[in-house]
Amino acid sequence: MIELQNRVKSLLADKEIDLFIGYGQGTRLPRPLLAGTAEEASGLVFDGACTGNLAVYLTRKEVAGSKKVGIAASYFALRSIVQLLAEHQLREERLRVFALAPGGTLKELAGLAEVERHLAETPVPSLQVEDDWVKEIDAMPPKERWGYWLGELSKCFKCYACRAACPMCYCTKCIVEVNRPQWVQPWAAAASNMEWQINRVMHLAGRCSDCGACGAACPLGLPVHILSHKMVEIVAQRFGTPEGGNALSTFKPDDKENFIG
Amino acid sequence: MDNEFEPKLLAFVCNWCTYAGADLTGTSRIKYASNVKIVRFPCTGRIDFMLVLKAFANGADGVIVSGCHPNDCHYTSGNFHARRRWMLFRELLDFMGIDVRRIRFSWVSAAEGAKWADVVNSTVAAIRELGPYTDYQKAASYLAGNEDVLLNEKEVTL
Repeated sequence: MIELQNRVKSLLADKEIDLFIGYGQGTRLPRPLLAGTAEEASGLVFDGACTGNLAVYLTRKEVAGSKKVGIAASYFALRSIVQLLAEHQLREERLRVFALAPGGTLKELAGLAEVERHLAETPVPSLQVEDDWVKEIDAMPPKERWGYWLGELSKCFKCYACRAACPMCYCTKCIVEVNRPQWVQPWAAAASNMEWQINRVMHLAGRCSDCGACGAACPLGLPVHILSHKMVEIVAQRFGTPEGGNALSTFKPDDKENFIG
Repeated sequence: MDNEFEPKLLAFVCNWCTYAGADLTGTSRIKYASNVKIVRFPCTGRIDFMLVLKAFANGADGVIVSGCHPNDCHYTSGNFHARRRWMLFRELLDFMGIDVRRIRFSWVSAAEGAKWADVVNSTVAAIRELGPYTDYQKAASYLAGNEDVLLNEKEVTL
């Protein structure tokens, strides 16, 4: 922790970075801490409990803008960073990435290649809960599945916290803010809530890091991250690991399906 | 007159293959079910998945999506992109319990007039079996049909 604080302080002093996006002490879990000065950097922590996806701040203009930023990245945040770089949303030369090696030691990753190597070396954090949840829903008959999702999503009041928490939801004009045509009705009602989630998940297909930030951000605790997780599963099953993080803007002539006749 | 349920179907088709194919069905004087309304798109790649959901929300009992066979796309790759999209979309809908049996995907070329008649007839027959898609319509109509529930809603008193 001291190591990270000192490193960030020296980077800030040398004007190597303008801002460090890291974790600070929270009441239950570590919370995001944006450090622009040495004093602020003294509050930084970074350990195994730091699992929130901070990559979300990288694409927020009011936070990162055109600044040179450093970031303390959890495993899934690293995945998001790789995807954001693939989508040309970040400048590699303006980014300093810090991660934790499996033993808990601090590691500075220079550039995309090292981030990718680190991801390949690090075991994927367990998503057993999500896997089981998806299996449970898959086992339901369709009527029951409809009832389950209708029940869950009719509680949604469209605060769009799931969108705000997502590093990949960086569009400056989201489909739900477009009203010509009005694809998704703006009020919170069962079908339009479902349509919003379908849109969100479809737009994240092949891009989602599976971090679960959407579900964690939901003030009602709706399992919207289970939809994202299911989509990650579908994409992996159908298309394997998408090249350049692309599932829907590319294709293979021999893609296999069994429902088009 | 009998009161048999007549399904309402919407077909989203591409201009270059299926629309021309459906035209051929007509010029070949092949009779087919009149339950379908055809909407013409430049390409299957243009068919937004939201259109399917909007169709269900607005009272369609079934949807047909059809375009050029793989490798026959007028724009080279529109149908390949569409196919990927449908593969994911269909599984996601199924996961959410939306009735994917009501969405019929097909490739119909400009020469397959008879196939188009067959696609429409078999889809109409299948939807007739399934009945009207009231689940989605009810969820989409916000307040209509929920009057009894609303009556039971009490004002919050402090």
